[in-house]
Amino acid sequence: MTNRVLDAKSPQGPLADKWTNYKFESKLVNPANKRKFSVIVVGTGLAGASAAATLAELGYNVKAITMHDSPRRAHSIAAQGGINAAKNYQNDGDSVHRLFYDTIKGGDYRARESNVHRLAEVSVNIIDQCVAQGVPFARDYGGLLENRSFGGAQVSRTFYARGQTGQQLLIGAYHSMMRMVGEKKIELLARREMLDLVVVDGKARGIIVRNLVTGETERHAADAVLVCTGGYSNVYYLSTSARMSNATAAWRCYKRGAAYGNPCYVQIHPTCIPVTGEHQSKLTLMSESLRNDGRVWVPKAVGDKRPPAQIPDEERDYYLERIYPSFGNLAPRDVSSRAAKRMCDEGRGVGRSGLAVYLDFRDAIKRDGIDTVKEKYGNLFDMYHHITDENPYELPMRIYPAVHYTMGGLWVDYNLMSNVPGLFVLGEANFSDHGANRLGASALMQGLADGYFVIPATLANYLGGTKLEKIDTQNPAFAEAERSTQAQVEKMISIKGTRSVDDFHKALGKLMWEYVGMGRTEAGLKQALIEIPKLREEFWKDLRILGDSHDYNLELEKAGRVADFFELGELMARDALDRDESCGGHFREEHQTPDGEAIRNDEKFANVSAWFFEGEGKTPTLQREELKWEFVHPSVRSYK
Amino acid sequence: MASTHTHTPTDISAAPKAMTLTLKVWRQAGPQAEGHFEEYKVDGIIPDMSFLEMMDVLNQKLIVNNVEPVTFDHDCREGICGTCLMVINGSAHGPDRGVTTCQLHMRRFQDGDTIVIEPARAKAFPIIKDLSVDRSAFDRITAKGGFISVSTGNAPDANAIPVPKEASDLAMDAAQCIGCGACVASCKNASAMLYTSAKVSHFALLPQGQPERASRVLSMVKQMDFEGFGNCTNTGACEAACPKEITLENIARMNREYMRAMFLSRKG
Repeated sequence: MTNRVLDAKSPQGPLADKWTNYKFESKLVNPANKRKFSVIVVGTGLAGASAAATLAELGYNVKAITMHDSPRRAHSIAAQGGINAAKNYQNDGDSVHRLFYDTIKGGDYRARESNVHRLAEVSVNIIDQCVAQGVPFARDYGGLLENRSFGGAQVSRTFYARGQTGQQLLIGAYHSMMRMVGEKKIELLARREMLDLVVVDGKARGIIVRNLVTGETERHAADAVLVCTGGYSNVYYLSTSARMSNATAAWRCYKRGAAYGNPCYVQIHPTCIPVTGEHQSKLTLMSESLRNDGRVWVPKAVGDKRPPAQIPDEERDYYLERIYPSFGNLAPRDVSSRAAKRMCDEGRGVGRSGLAVYLDFRDAIKRDGIDTVKEKYGNLFDMYHHITDENPYELPMRIYPAVHYTMGGLWVDYNLMSNVPGLFVLGEANFSDHGANRLGASALMQGLADGYFVIPATLANYLGGTKLEKIDTQNPAFAEAERSTQAQVEKMISIKGTRSVDDFHKALGKLMWEYVGMGRTEAGLKQALIEIPKLREEFWKDLRILGDSHDYNLELEKAGRVADFFELGELMARDALDRDESCGGHFREEHQTPDGEAIRNDEKFANVSAWFFEGEGKTPTLQREELKWEFVHPSVRSYK
Repeated sequence: MASTHTHTPTDISAAPKAMTLTLKVWRQAGPQAEGHFEEYKVDGIIPDMSFLEMMDVLNQKLIVNNVEPVTFDHDCREGICGTCLMVINGSAHGPDRGVTTCQLHMRRFQDGDTIVIEPARAKAFPIIKDLSVDRSAFDRITAKGGFISVSTGNAPDANAIPVPKEASDLAMDAAQCIGCGACVASCKNASAMLYTSAKVSHFALLPQGQPERASRVLSMVKQMDFEGFGNCTNTGACEAACPKEITLENIARMNREYMRAMFLSRKG
């Protein structure tokens, strides 16, 4: 049985010294010995690619696994707006401590102080590293770096590369990684999906993967496994995640004993392009950076269906500016999303469905000129134009909230190590750093902080201080894990039912959005706990997958992921039911102020919920990690 | 951006009209198998659907009819990951300028149209199955020099080296490449010059890229040739097909960089 003690292992000492002290006290692996250790990195997004590159540069033997055809395609690539760093280049009062504080507050006081402070500390090194790699961040005429503002902050600390910051940062990490591939220090294994974690003597010692092109299963052994496989927004079917984004690697770790932290914390992003119909396959985000210049509004009158240009200013309700005067259109994501929902629930939504609000650039264009707006947001405007066939230079954008990011994930300690020794979890796949709500431009920061700067130190500490027996893939644990993954694949193929994977996935997504979405209630969550298992049972009886398992079979790939989404979705509902408070992205309708703001219950829930798998068909068990507030005093989170 | 589709008036309450289309889709069971076109009819296609959502409709219909669905690679569906390359009516990513297949919308087509859908065809991009091809040759070109050799932890302060805005903007133009392979698919020589030159330009334009400027272009071009990509004959089909509108200027720059490196390099 794996270790079930949730020890955060936060270093002692003053907040600002913790990371420095940790690094000094940390065990090291000497340069000549690093090559004796092997590390598997699963996923090549920002966290995985940066970790793989950095660990290979240090001399470790690295295997990098990606389900994509190329590491460069991981979904980090789609992040648009920017990356935060406490550089204070704008001289507007930013500091490491302010970034730390904003992140803790933005997360509604549900993240661990020590981890978040470290994140803010290394944020400045990330920008240095990326510029050295040649990432073409926006610059001013003096040749120095530009910044812009993001939600939940009153300083300009966001670095950006047009509207494609994620792409440029990922390509930077990919380049570094490919340099190591060229030097044969990384073995790159593309089009492979991790299907199981292999645990030997209580430690993570390898993985089972499926070669997606040939259908063969492969065994890979190592001294440590890094899971950097992103979040689980696709539980909802419709989200801003890429279609292949999935929770399978993380979920299979959970089923091998790793605790799952705060699964109910989901971020619903306020500015996405609204759904147009049943055919919809994904939702497209319009970057939060647009709220620097765009003004959000709905008509004052219920049911006002006039075209936007015919609605005069005095009949418009710029509701974010009205309700949150100090943050205005840059109120944090959870707050802005719920406000949009309230406007639509009141019948003041716009567009064909009535499930949208306007994001209007009329005033910015009038003030700064069309060219300035184009230079800042051109590619986002083009994207909107292509998808909706409406020109946002002439008409306000229509936007609506959509599932975008998952703050929950595998539980990790300060080392980014799960409760299974040797299993490290980086980036969105872990639960760390963002508490119950993530601020904009902080996901890129976290992925790269984990990969470039945190894992090199914490991995050395583990490898340097742990006795690892020599093992190979002939170990019985590998055979057992391989058999169980193959059995699942064959089981899915052999059902030969009538409904497609997408059909089931859509049905699950609707349940999740309805009951575990923006507003959650006790009754709804209990209903979800009845309906999800019922639908899952159908799935295992009536699934239709054509083709066979020894082939490139996209339906089979999807089926495995959806099978896991069913189980994870149920755990999300269970966690949301247990957390009888509202905090950040988790909004329990029973706990709100008269004007619809979240009410936390710090006495009972100032903690992390970590769930343990107890076996198929059994109820998972819950343990709590208490959050200790040494440096910040949780207060009512106000953006008014 | 040069967008060719028409702008509809502002009536947002009108319900969209459904279309029926005939699709001729390349089916090929595996790398060694013989491929052929298969004809399918799809209906209920509405103008707001993306091309890939139309392909989803086809695949769901095929599954219902017990026919194995068409294999095509796709992921982000917002035009940035570069996965979804296919050749539509003879054009890489279809008829619109500056968009990927996933951002091509069905309003571009008329009720009753026949659409021919094929994989990218190039010796260096072997077909895996149906519309899916192996583009790992791009990764191998990158591994030969598409980077700045800076190990983590060695970086000076980000503002230590000012970069002229123009150079930075031009580098960004080149860096926008999403590695989809439309340039190769559209080129009669199946050349990878646009892809490779975008990388070479990105780094040659930045001060950080100077130390490896010569060795980078020489080794990347060598690998490009080794992978079996053809040469450039200045037709410009790649620029027209590129969803990120990477310009031929980059190929010209790479040629200059290559000449310069040949004269300056001691390795030859």
